[in-house]
Amino acid sequence: MDIQKYISSGILELYVYGALSEKESSEVSHVLKEYPEVKAEVEEIEKALLTLSAATAPNNAEHLISSIKEKLSKSPTGTAPVATPVRSINWITYSGWAASLLLLIGLFVFFNRTSELREELQAANARNVQMEEQIANAREDAEKAEELLAVIRDRNVQRIPLKGQQVAPEAFASVYWNTQENTAYIDAKELPEPPRGKVYQVWSLTMQPLTPTSLGLLANFEADDNKVFSLENPNQSEAFGITLEPEGGSETPTMDQLYVLGTVAAP
Amino acid sequence: MPLFIFLHGSLSYFYPASHYIFMQQDALILELQKGNERAFERIYHLYSESTYGIIFTIIRDEKVAEEVLQDVFLKIWDKAPSYNSDKGRFFTWILNIARNASIDKIRSKDFKNDQQNLKTDNFVDILEAKTNFSEAVDSIGLKKYIDALKPVCKKLIDYLFFKGYTQKETSEELDIPLGTVKTRNRVCIDKLRAMVIK
Repeated sequence: MDIQKYISSGILELYVYGALSEKESSEVSHVLKEYPEVKAEVEEIEKALLTLSAATAPNNAEHLISSIKEKLSKSPTGTAPVATPVRSINWITYSGWAASLLLLIGLFVFFNRTSELREELQAANARNVQMEEQIANAREDAEKAEELLAVIRDRNVQRIPLKGQQVAPEAFASVYWNTQENTAYIDAKELPEPPRGKVYQVWSLTMQPLTPTSLGLLANFEADDNKVFSLENPNQSEAFGITLEPEGGSETPTMDQLYVLGTVAAP
Repeated sequence: MPLFIFLHGSLSYFYPASHYIFMQQDALILELQKGNERAFERIYHLYSESTYGIIFTIIRDEKVAEEVLQDVFLKIWDKAPSYNSDKGRFFTWILNIARNASIDKIRSKDFKNDQQNLKTDNFVDILEAKTNFSEAVDSIGLKKYIDALKPVCKKLIDYLFFKGYTQKETSEELDIPLGTVKTRNRVCIDKLRAMVIK
């Protein structure tokens, strides 16, 4: 399109006057949006006509604005169209507030959720530690059990059952004595819990003359789960006995508190 | 995005009027269509004097023209959402509302016009009779130039611009060929522009 020819045809003046048909007018609007020089030309024509027509006004009409504005809100014909724009202003204004409010709520929810997650994570971590402990314990238990099993299976181990005596006829214990390693394992599972302030003491006995030798105390009896205690026994024991003694143990066994007793079978 | 437009509109309120007409017009009209009263005030400031001039040129009664001017701007407010830039200029849209309202007024029963010489009067008579020009118009220069305009130019501008005649009506009224209305008017407006825009 020859823009200069288009401009000088005079169609733009008629366009601003509103003297063109609807179709022609739409076409010019389209050209105007595409060619900046056409737009500039139209704006200049408009400016000239604005100036000319303003000059024909009898006076300045600025003072009428206040009475017009009053009618904007009162006019019954204007009510509906006025209401719509006002609503849209509110929407624009409120949308900002709504957006900030949503953002605040979003942040709040986000932080809440974060702290919830943090708590959950901490709980999970605690459970993990617990599990690890349990696993470690179980492994330890298994190792102990294996150790015990190894002790029992050892060919050098001799099992001596200790039977309940007068004080505690229901009581029972076993000694697994490894004569090679001079170690005595006391299985005290069937002994009753010692009363407060009392402790079991294990004795090695040799007959003729009857000589008791202390092997040691069953320390932390309550706390020990499997109730298997390992004590050193370098003696040529002929029998084993367990007595209840005051805390710390005794030099000699208190014979009326002899719980269990058993003799070593002759080899 | 809506927030941006809102701010944009508020800021542009502080720009000078000339800036508005050519730089911010699209945004201003958009705000008006949304029902922004400030935008309406700016539109009024930009177009009221010209509109008043158009109305007064047709009606020739200051008081009645003031009434019509108010009605026209109430219509602009109410009908703004129906304005579509694809169909034409915003100024043209206002021009049509002003002309129609003015013509409706002089045809109405309650309008008693003592001046029966409307047909022969045009904007030039108003300019010549005028003593109080607003600052916006280089009144002396404009008056001189209008005086110097060819009679045919005065009539072309009067019919086509102020009265809103079609090309055909204008050609018949002036007794000039239809095909020349467009080009002759172009020459007239070029001369007007040369004076108005330095």
